[in-house]
Amino acid sequence: MLLPKARGTLSEQLFTALREEPGTAVVLDAGVADDAEDRAIALWASYELHYRGFEDVDDRWEWSPDVLRVRAGLEEVLESELRERYDAHRPERTSDRVEDLAKDLFDYIAAHDGPSMARYVQTDATEAQTMELLRQKSVYHLKEADPSAWVVPRLPTGPKAALMELQFDEYGDGNPARLHQHLFERGLEAAGLRSEYGAYVDEATVPVLESNNVQSFLGLHRRLRAASLGHLAAFEATSSIPSRRMAQGLERLGFPDEIVEYYREHVEADAVHEQLAVRDICVPLVAMEPNLADDVFLGAFACLDTEDRQARDLLERWGVDA
Amino acid sequence: MSAQSADPTPDPAARPVVEERPTIVMCPEGPMLLRGDAVIEDAEGNRHRTTRPVSAVCRCNKSATKPWCDGTHKLLPKKLRP
Repeated sequence: MLLPKARGTLSEQLFTALREEPGTAVVLDAGVADDAEDRAIALWASYELHYRGFEDVDDRWEWSPDVLRVRAGLEEVLESELRERYDAHRPERTSDRVEDLAKDLFDYIAAHDGPSMARYVQTDATEAQTMELLRQKSVYHLKEADPSAWVVPRLPTGPKAALMELQFDEYGDGNPARLHQHLFERGLEAAGLRSEYGAYVDEATVPVLESNNVQSFLGLHRRLRAASLGHLAAFEATSSIPSRRMAQGLERLGFPDEIVEYYREHVEADAVHEQLAVRDICVPLVAMEPNLADDVFLGAFACLDTEDRQARDLLERWGVDA
Repeated sequence: MSAQSADPTPDPAARPVVEERPTIVMCPEGPMLLRGDAVIEDAEGNRHRTTRPVSAVCRCNKSATKPWCDGTHKLLPKKLRP
């Protein structure tokens, strides 16, 4: 993948620097960003250095203090905006008891009310809208499960083994042909879309980039490990039924089997994963470290909130009442 | 060998024993989790082999992909959930 297109002053300065030799003196300040879009693409690219990198960027930039400094400035904005929105949606817990956490977390996720993109695709979306949705979704699905992988070494025994049990299934149970990222690649190709990693980043909406960034942010900061797992739990717990709707919508529109199969796989896989994520990962972690309970809900909210924002933005563009 | 004293007895609290995880788990208001390879015979006598390390078996009887859970229990009123 090549560096994406800059979307403002900060990303222009950052991407210009990244094309130089590492060690080149660069003074970058997150404060020069023009707007949320400029910040989102700059942060996205600075995270991407930790995943697969860019063909036109020297890999040594990954740990450049200059890039890390600007990344930290962007994360500060991301985190404060996220926490501000979370403050308006804090859970009403039954109690502080860890025994109530699974129920409270499932209830919190179920009570969240947002626009349903899957329902729209199931019954009303046009082929062109669905193609656009797949391109937008590809920014995440081609690195599906990767942001949670950062958390593994940061966990104690029980939650660590449980997270690996879940991740193993995400990564195809050892079979590359079943790797979820790869199922999506095959689905994109069959649908006539590009399947290479990062192919559609230049057209990614700001909410899509922000959603991606939130996952990397939570995954890469050890202090937020419980929030990363709360995000995972909410993601899995809001996947089975919407995946079935997506599969039905894709079939309605005559999309090829490969992309339908990607969503069908998630109906059954995520019915398992949501139970593992809540009962075997989040609950035992909080049992060991009770002060992490609120972070689990923060992460769950981050998932629900960023998914909503992506859906609302696209539906608005299409002139659909959400 | 030097004359060092034997290792002190390990403090059990410092090294908690992790319990063996269960093979079958009944999730409150949800499916039955089943670990490992298994063949399930459904009520009609059809056999289904598990395809993943952990499978979720429908307990609400409303799944569209029986015997596997598809999350439908969440759409049921609480008193109709398993």
